[in-house]
Amino acid sequence: MKNWITLIVVAAMLATLPLVGNNYLLRLASILCMYAVLAQSWNFIGGLAGYPSFATAAFFGLGAYTSAILQNQGLPMMLAWGTAGLTTLLFAAALGGAILHLRGHYFAIASLIVAEMLREIVNTTPNLTGGGMGLNLPIMRISVEAQARYFFYAMLSLAFLCTATAIVVYRSKLGFGLRCIQQNEDAASILGVNAYSYKTAAFSLSAVFVGIAGAIYASWVNYIEPPDVFDILLAVKPLVMVLLGGLGTIFGPAIGALILLMFEEFVWRNFLTVHAAALGLIIVVLVLFLPNGLLSLLRERFARLRGAR
Amino acid sequence: MAPRKLAVANLQAGYGDVQVLWDVTMEVGPGELVSIIGSNGAGKTTLMRCISGLLVPTAGSIEVDDKVMTQAAPANFVRAGIAHVPEGRRLFSAMSIRDNLLMGAYLRRDKAGIAVDLERVYAMFPILAERRWQDAGTLSGGEQQMCAIGRGLMASPSLLLIDELSLGLAPRVVELLSESLRAVNKSGVAILLVEQDVMNALELADRAYVIDHGRVTMSGPAMSLANDPAIREAYMGLA
Repeated sequence: MKNWITLIVVAAMLATLPLVGNNYLLRLASILCMYAVLAQSWNFIGGLAGYPSFATAAFFGLGAYTSAILQNQGLPMMLAWGTAGLTTLLFAAALGGAILHLRGHYFAIASLIVAEMLREIVNTTPNLTGGGMGLNLPIMRISVEAQARYFFYAMLSLAFLCTATAIVVYRSKLGFGLRCIQQNEDAASILGVNAYSYKTAAFSLSAVFVGIAGAIYASWVNYIEPPDVFDILLAVKPLVMVLLGGLGTIFGPAIGALILLMFEEFVWRNFLTVHAAALGLIIVVLVLFLPNGLLSLLRERFARLRGAR
Repeated sequence: MAPRKLAVANLQAGYGDVQVLWDVTMEVGPGELVSIIGSNGAGKTTLMRCISGLLVPTAGSIEVDDKVMTQAAPANFVRAGIAHVPEGRRLFSAMSIRDNLLMGAYLRRDKAGIAVDLERVYAMFPILAERRWQDAGTLSGGEQQMCAIGRGLMASPSLLLIDELSLGLAPRVVELLSESLRAVNKSGVAILLVEQDVMNALELADRAYVIDHGRVTMSGPAMSLANDPAIREAYMGLA
């Protein structure tokens, strides 16, 4: 219940942003929501099931291209977004069947190459996808301000939906089973948890919202190309955000998204050429010193306060 | 023919190109306590993994209550009344003892029955009741084994598979666990016990199988095996 109240209050507060913020702030908030979706999605497979997926970039690009191609064929935007989500979901389910028997590093590497594979497919099919030239999307005939508001609300709604799904899943039998798989997959199987279908479900959950986010992103920026939407950083950032916020927690991903975004805006803008190195540095520091995320620091302090009372 | 809880016939299994089990045939009757003894790497754990569906055998058959289960998934073995207490305990170390025990009842729907069985496990191992809210990872080795056995019992099995009861545990703890297993067995649950500690295994069991290099080399009543000169020399270091 506490989770639902937190989610609704935060979302409602964010929803009032267009009343006070300028377009720059609105753009940042849209990216924040998009990041929150990517991180929350990764948390299903990486945080709950304990499978370090690097397939986020693949899902994002697949969603973006599916929606872009469909819209260029004349499908209405919203319908194209939904279809992109569905396509990504089915793709992840099929892909999961192929690579989820791998564990640890092997799974990570297998999931990493999926985006590269899709990128090559796009590059070699210029008739359908525009290839390396990229693909233009229909432009909405509304003012710039109205567009900014529109895509902000789209991303916010998606982040809301994704987090709501997380709240439901974490308390469900699926979430319980996934946590068991994360801690000890053999033991979970022995007790009758169908590890294979549970992992596939988690992997699909980690894909569907990312696919829709990619589709919204494509409509938002009006033009996509392979290096943009299959960017490897799209696969790395969710992991960083979740580690920052707290692995396997409901609001950790959103908090991590906020921290990463602030980091990007205030620091990386001054160190443009080495920002990827900075990202690597964060991962190393996090894994070494704060494997449970920044939230765990707060929680420890809180627990100590309560203990002192 | 007498009814059999578990019947394994001509089982062959392995990992990749390495064949571990060769033509293993054995059975467990209802309520029986059977031991499988053998040295390290003899294939005992592999046999257990086949009997709980974790490993699909390459040939041969596994029947539970006269139903063929050779290709069945682990969940179906649990539903058929087989609970596996794996080697090395395999607890969910970041989850509470109570949650670990409740996970054992994962496939059950009868809330009342689960509550009754939970109390029964707590009564059998009072230390688990005392520490029910503690993380399983904080338990000592012996307590972890209690938790693992308790988790197995929570599935309400008619056959409990126990892989390495005594490994790494103090003799006093092994004694206590053995007593508990006897009590479980008396209550009607069949037990298939894999042990390296041959003396203890033969003391507990009604019957036993000796596995060597993936083959059953001897079998019979535990008492007569315990007195067999070959066994005494090979496994107990006694002449």
